[in-house]
Order: sequence, then C-alpha cells, then structure tokens
Amino acid sequence: MVDINAREMTIREINTQVKELVNEGQEVRILDPQARHNLVIGVLKECKVTVEGSVGYLCASLLDGPDVTINGNAGWALGENMMNGRITLTRNAGASVGATLRGGQLFVGGDAGARAGISMKGGDLIIRGNSGFLTGYMMQKGRIIICGDVGDAVGDSMYEGEIYVAGEIGSLGSDAKEETPSEDELLEVWETLQDFGITERFQFKKVVSAKKLYHFDALERFEKRVV
Amino acid sequence: MVMNSSQIYSPWVMEDIHAKADLGRYRIRGFSSFQKVTHFDDLTFLSTGLTRIPLEGYKEKCSTQVVIGEGNAKNPLVLDTPIYITGMSYGALSRNAKVALGKGASEVGTATCTGDGGMLMAEREASEKLIYQILPSRYGVNPHHIMMADCIEICVGQGAKPGTGGMLMGVKVLDHIAEMRDLPTGIDQRSPTRHPDWLGPDDLPIKIEQLREATDWRVPVTVKLGACRVKDDVKLAAKAGADAIVIDSMLAGTGASSEILLDHSGIPTVPAIVLAREALREIGMYGKVALIASGGIRSGVDVAKALALGADAVAIGIAALIALNCNRDIPEANFEEEVGVPAGMCHHCQTGKCPVGIATQDPVLMKRLDPEEAGARVANFLNAMTMELALITRSLGKSDVHSLEPEDMAALTIEASAMARIPLVGTDKVFGFD
Repeated sequence: MVDINAREMTIREINTQVKELVNEGQEVRILDPQARHNLVIGVLKECKVTVEGSVGYLCASLLDGPDVTINGNAGWALGENMMNGRITLTRNAGASVGATLRGGQLFVGGDAGARAGISMKGGDLIIRGNSGFLTGYMMQKGRIIICGDVGDAVGDSMYEGEIYVAGEIGSLGSDAKEETPSEDELLEVWETLQDFGITERFQFKKVVSAKKLYHFDALERFEKRVV
Repeated sequence: MVMNSSQIYSPWVMEDIHAKADLGRYRIRGFSSFQKVTHFDDLTFLSTGLTRIPLEGYKEKCSTQVVIGEGNAKNPLVLDTPIYITGMSYGALSRNAKVALGKGASEVGTATCTGDGGMLMAEREASEKLIYQILPSRYGVNPHHIMMADCIEICVGQGAKPGTGGMLMGVKVLDHIAEMRDLPTGIDQRSPTRHPDWLGPDDLPIKIEQLREATDWRVPVTVKLGACRVKDDVKLAAKAGADAIVIDSMLAGTGASSEILLDHSGIPTVPAIVLAREALREIGMYGKVALIASGGIRSGVDVAKALALGADAVAIGIAALIALNCNRDIPEANFEEEVGVPAGMCHHCQTGKCPVGIATQDPVLMKRLDPEEAGARVANFLNAMTMELALITRSLGKSDVHSLEPEDMAALTIEASAMARIPLVGTDKVFGFD
C-alpha cells in the first residue's frame, strides 16, 4: 500500500497520483484529505483506494471498478454515476449520495441527506441509518436499502427499481406506492446487508413505482391516426 | 375599422381550445417556436464604400477558425468554421441522422454534439470532433464515453423549453433506446430538469472541476443555458469556470416540447447574444470565455450577424436537419398520408413518424435517409454557410470573421435597434439608449 499525504497537495496532484499508482497496480491510501471536493474521480479499473478522513462533494465519482473506503463523512453526490465497484463510507453522507448510480454497491455507515439515490440507474445504495427528503427521486433502476427511517416524498416519480425501508416512511412521493416484499426479496436484502456486517433481520417495507405517470393518457386527433 | 371576426378568439385559438378540451392536457409538438419575433432579418450589413476597402469576395484569405478552451484544456476544441451541430439526442433522431450529421460536420472540420441519451458509437466513429452533453437526466452517461469526448457540455437549459427537461414520446422509446437510457420500453419519457448532483452556481464550479479531473484537464468544458435571465446566468456560468457559454434562444428547436414553452418562454437570439456579451464585458471576461449562440440560425448571413453582435461561434440544429431532408418532398415519402400535413409544414417530430427518416426510430422510415448522401448534404450546407460568412466578412473589408462587430450593421426596425443596441437605419439613434 502506498500512502499519499494530501495535506499540501492540490486536487489535481492527488488525483494524478492516485491514477498513476493504481495503474501500476498499487493499493493507495489518502491521508489528511481536508474534506476536499473531487477526490478519486474517473478511475476506471479494479483497484483499492482508502481515504482516511472526511471528503467534500462529488468524491469517488465517475468510477468503474474501484473498491473505495472512506473513513469519515462525505459531502454531496458521493459515488455519482459509478458504473461498477464498491464504495464504503463509514459515517454520514450529504445530499444526493449515489446520484445516477449505474452499478456496483455504495454503503453509507451513518445517515444520508436529501435526494439519496436520485436518478439511480442500477446498483445498490445501502444506508445504515436514516435517509432524507426525496430519497429515490426519479429512480430508474437499482435498489435502495434504508435500515432506518426515510423522509418525505420517497420514490417520487420513480420509473423502476425498489426502495426498502426498515423504519418509518415520512410520506410517499408522487406516483410511488408501498408493497409488501416477498420472502425471496427479503432474503436477498438481508444477504446484501450481511456483506456489510449488518446481521439484523429488519422487516422492510418496499416502495415501488405505481406506474400511473408512464404515459400521457390522450393523443391528439392526428396523432391517433398516425401513431 | 372593426374586423368581421374575433381578433382574440381567432380560428387558431379556437382550434387550440377544442384540442385541449378533447385532450385534457397541454399540447406537445416538435420543431421550434411559431412566434414572430425580432430576428437577424431585422439587421442589415453596412458594407464598404469609400470609407473602407473591401477584400476580394471570392479569393482573399479570410480566417474562419475558432478555438474553444484555450488556457484550461490540454486539447482545445479547434473548429475550422465557427458553425457546429448542436446537441440532438439519439432517440429523438435516428441512427442514420446522427451518423450523417457526424459525417457532414467532420467533412468541414467542425463538431457535432451527442445531445441527451448517451453516446452512440456509430456517431463517435463518424464524428472527428464530438461534444458530449451532460444533461440533468444523465441518460446513458458513461465515464468511458466522457473520456472519448473532444469537449464536454453541461446542459443547464434548452432554449426551446427552458425550465423543463427533455421529452421523448413512447413511440420512440423502443427497446434499444430504453436500454441506453435505463428506462422501461415505450414510456413517455419526461426527463428531469434539475441536475442530480449539483443545484446552483455555488456547486457548478465543483461539477466543472469534476469533469476536468475525470478527463485529466484534456478537453474543454462548456455550459449551455436557455436564454431567459441571460445577464445573471452568463455571469454565473463564466465565474463557475466554463470555457464557453452556449446561449440557446427561444428560437431553438426540439424533438418534443410542451407547446406553451416553445412559444411563450425565453428570449430571441438577437438580444440573447447582446445581453450575454454585455454580461461577460461587465465581469471582464469577454474574449476570455467563448460565447456560442444558437436558435434560429439558418444561413451564413445569420452567422455573420451573430458574430458581429458578439458571438464567437454558433450551433445549428433545425437548419442541419433541413439539410438532411427535413420537410423535403422525397419520392419515398407521402407527408399528407404519413403525418397529415404537406412537406414544408411538418413539425411532428414527436410522433416518431418522420417521413424522411430523421426524427424516427422506425427502421422502415429510417431507410429513407442514406447517411452517406445526407452527410454530404450537411457538409455542402455547412460549406455554403461558411462561404456566405466569409463573403460578408470580406465585403466589410475584414479578413477574420471574428473581426465582425456591431458597428458593421444597422437595424431595420426600432425593435431590432433596441434589442441589438445598434442604430436604426437612417438615424444615429439606438432606441432604448440615449
């Protein structure tokens, strides 16, 4: 493992060094990140990166393959648009964690802010604590698992995907509905949680799209003729 | 004199009310605004006489090159002509149309843009220079594709429908489009309008930095704005660190939009350019951040006027589609039967039934557009526009299109004078300014 002491380095220098080291096949540890934004961006290979401390906005984003652990808190949009890989955050995440996630697994050890999993297109977002307002907003695919409570308007305008909530639901969003998960679905959720060291068998509620906003109901006269 | 029919409830207004009474929703259509607004035709060039010496219109060298991103990007975007193809999605357009646009643009050394929905590999292969658009929807966004781009454009808003996201009707959301966008097949897609990972001017600089970091600061990052509150928006985008700002006016086109937004939101291209120019001047960034204008640009003369008002380059959409064959009465098509209107009157891109194979995903219709022939038409059209631009520039005694300036023009109407901030012909007066 190679340590990068980030204290006196620019974001550009940190990211350049991370990419160079992982391309050499090294495991990297970033020390003293000073909660800076845009750390570990656009890494497109399997590798292991650990950040010792809190990070700012958009960290560990646009990834495909890395296993990133952040021992601290994260600002907005942690893991944005990850294609594949695994991100483990030990403490709390700001707004928009897992925004437009397309694959892989993103674990938040504490609470998540508003709009967790916004526009998610795949993968798993797992939140050990509570999650905020508009969780799963316009979600398209994938799975969000919340072991605590979730705020208002959960699953608003979601297309597909599933949101599992162990605690209280503040309110359902527009075109979202609550369902009882099947035994198989619960087993899969519990199995996923076990991978992150959570062994409690939470009785989850499941939120999905009601699919009432999929189509405009009416066509114009000429459209009826040609479509 | 009193007319013999209502001026408020015209036959068109009645038809609109009847349609909404049937539908129970707002109306949706493609193409562009039907509003009559002040445009480039309301300006005229003041070519040379005794006060200036013209250049030979057909021979002398006239530079048309534009460079975007110098200073920030290791590889700035170098365009041989200040005209490129704006973002139009694969989904709204057919594969053949996207490929043809790429081929045509490459032929003349300019760029095309992905639009929403991700990068079509055939378009990447056909395009020597490809701009990758990052929209609020993030449909199909893939970091591998970001690395393949020659420029990245963060789309904040579109001139045709500012304040709303994209729209793709279910008839176009076939399996392959749905798969690229991670959507259920056949849904009426209504895209988000807010970006998922940043919300305003405070965090836009962080998003721009993220994209620069992802690409190792290799390519320019631009910001596209729907032209509404132009002065403030342009200042905020410039201060956020954009290499260029695309100001997309209310005359810009779309594959589908609610009709009210097409006709009743945004401002025209002429004042949009002027306000953007003034905004950059006020913060000392005019000439440092490139200004790109789009919306209703139809010819090289329009380009010349846009550049004279302060733009560094322009982007074209509908004009490029018309060059492909949009609204052309080709032998294979039957407009009346297929979309219910004659060629020249079609604005039914949203139906997916485009009779000339452009705005469709129907494989039978798409065959009506040969990407090689259509690409050649686009190249010809771009060449013609560039020649017109150079011709005007030379006639004004200038050897670089970027030397065009407002004082090369006069306004033909009081409104154009006020909006373009140039004198009305026959007067020394700029209306609205003492």
